[in-house]
Amino acid sequence: MQYSCNRYELKCNECGKRYGNQPLSACPDCIAPLELVYDLEAARGVFTRENIAAGPANIWRYAALLPIPDGFQPDLPVGFTPLVRAKNLGKRIGANNLYIKNDAVCFPTLSFKDRVVSVALANAQKFGFTTVGCSSTGNLANSVAAQAARLGLKATILVPADLEPAKILNTLVYGARLVRIDGNYDHVNRLCTLIADEYAWGFVNVNLRPYYAEGSKTVGYEIAEQLGWRLPDNVVVPMAGGSLIRKIRKAFNELIYLGLVEDKPVRFFGAQATGCSPISTAVKEGTEDIVPQRPNTIARSLAIGNPADGPAAAKMIRAEGGWAEDVSDIEIVSGIQELAETEGIFTETAGGVTTAVTARLYAQGRITPDQITVTCITGNGLKTTDALINSFSHLDARAVRPRMADFDAYLRELDGTTAATPETETELVAAGVTNVR
Amino acid sequence: MSVKVFLPAAFTRHTDGRKNFDSAAENLPSLLADIDTSFPALSTQIKDENGKLRRFINIYINDEDIRFLGGETYAFQDGDEIMLIPSIAGGC
Repeated sequence: MQYSCNRYELKCNECGKRYGNQPLSACPDCIAPLELVYDLEAARGVFTRENIAAGPANIWRYAALLPIPDGFQPDLPVGFTPLVRAKNLGKRIGANNLYIKNDAVCFPTLSFKDRVVSVALANAQKFGFTTVGCSSTGNLANSVAAQAARLGLKATILVPADLEPAKILNTLVYGARLVRIDGNYDHVNRLCTLIADEYAWGFVNVNLRPYYAEGSKTVGYEIAEQLGWRLPDNVVVPMAGGSLIRKIRKAFNELIYLGLVEDKPVRFFGAQATGCSPISTAVKEGTEDIVPQRPNTIARSLAIGNPADGPAAAKMIRAEGGWAEDVSDIEIVSGIQELAETEGIFTETAGGVTTAVTARLYAQGRITPDQITVTCITGNGLKTTDALINSFSHLDARAVRPRMADFDAYLRELDGTTAATPETETELVAAGVTNVR
Repeated sequence: MSVKVFLPAAFTRHTDGRKNFDSAAENLPSLLADIDTSFPALSTQIKDENGKLRRFINIYINDEDIRFLGGETYAFQDGDEIMLIPSIAGGC
C-alpha cells in the first residue's frame, strides 16, 4: 500500500526521515507527525500565476502543489469560495480593510472540510482502500460521506454521541455507516487510531492525515490569489486540532518561495471557544505545552480538547507576532448574528467564534483598522441552527390574517416589541463606534 | 496488584508483535522503568534523548487521559487498563 512519486513524499517533522508515500501519519521512529514535502524547484515552472489562472475555478487549479497522485482525474469542483470585502461588519467593529473567506459555501457539503477530504480520498483510492472513514465533529463526517458516495467508496464514520442532529442527518443521507460513540471527540479520535490498526480502512484524519491536511493549503492560495496575488497583514483562523492555521502559513511560504507573491510579515490569529481553548490558553501563557481540556461549548466543530497540532500552532502563532483569543458561548451566538445581519453570511458556531474573536482583536488594538485582514469562515449556519433557537422571540409568532389592516397593525406591534430594524447609525453609536461615515 | 498495558501497532515492532502485557507498576514513572527492562527497544522509541516520554505520546487510563488524573502522580489501581497511543489525528 504505497506509491512512488517524485513531486512529494512524507517526511518526519522532528527527525527529518523520509517515508515515500504510504498511509502513515506518525514517524515510526519518533512518533512525531509526518508532513508532505515537495520538490519546489520542480514546481517552479509549473506553479505559475498564468497556469493557475488557466486552471479550473476550484482547488484543482493548485494541483501542482497538492499531493495528488499522477493520473488522478479531479471530479468535484471543490473550493475557490468567495473572498468578500466586509464593509458593513467592518463599520461595526472598526475595520476598514476586512475580508471574509467564505467557506460556508464550499462545495459539496458547505464547509472547508471539502478541501481536505477531496485530497485525502484521491490518495485513499491510489492506496487501494475500498472503505474510508473519519473521526468527526460533524463537518468532516458530512464531507467524507458525500465524496465517498460520489467516488463509489464505502464510508464508516464515527462521531461523538452529542453531535448536532443536522450534522448526523447530513451524513446519513449519503448512505454512510455512522457510529455514535459514547464520549467526546477525543475519545472518538483515539478509537479511530485503534480501528485503523485492525481494519484496512483509509481514515482521512488518521492514517491519511498528512495528505488530508495538505488540502487546507488551498485556503491560503485562494486568499493570496483573490487579493490580487498579495498577502494580507493578518489572518484570523478558527482552531480545533490546530492544523488549518499552519497550512495557510505553509501555502503563503510556498507562494513566496516560488515568487508568486511578495514576502511581507503576516500575523496569524487563532480563534477558539472559551469552553475548549487549549491552544489559545497556551498562546496566552507563552508556551507550546498544550494542557488538554474537557470540552464544554456549543462550538462542537472546534471542541477538540487534546489538539494534535496544538503545540506547532501555538509556536507558529507566537513566532509570527500573532495572538489567540477565545470567546464565550453567548459571544459565539452574537458573532453568528452579527455576521448574518451585516454581510448576509450565515455561519455555524465555529464562524461565530471567528467573528467574535475578530471583533475582539480590533477592540484590543491587536489589529489596526487599515490593515488588510482576512477572517476565515469555515462552516455553514444551516448545520447548527440549534444554537440560535433561543435567540429569536417570534419563531412561534402568531399568523396574521391576509388583510392590509392586520398587516399594518402587526408591523406596529412587531416594531414596538423588537429592535429588529433599528437605524444603522444609532446602533453603531450605541456600540461605541465613531466615524461611521 | 497488576495493570494491563495496551499498545497500538505503532509500538509493537519493538515488542515482538505483542499488543499488550501485564505490569506490576504502581504509577507512570514505574511503568516506564518496567518498559526499560522488559522492552528496551520500545523504551528508546517512546522516550526522547533526555529520557522523557515524547510529547506526541498520550497515556490513557481506562479511557481517561492521565493528565486529567494527576499525570505522573496518579497511583495505578489494580486492574487498570493503560494505553500508550500516538497523538496523531485531529480536526480542523
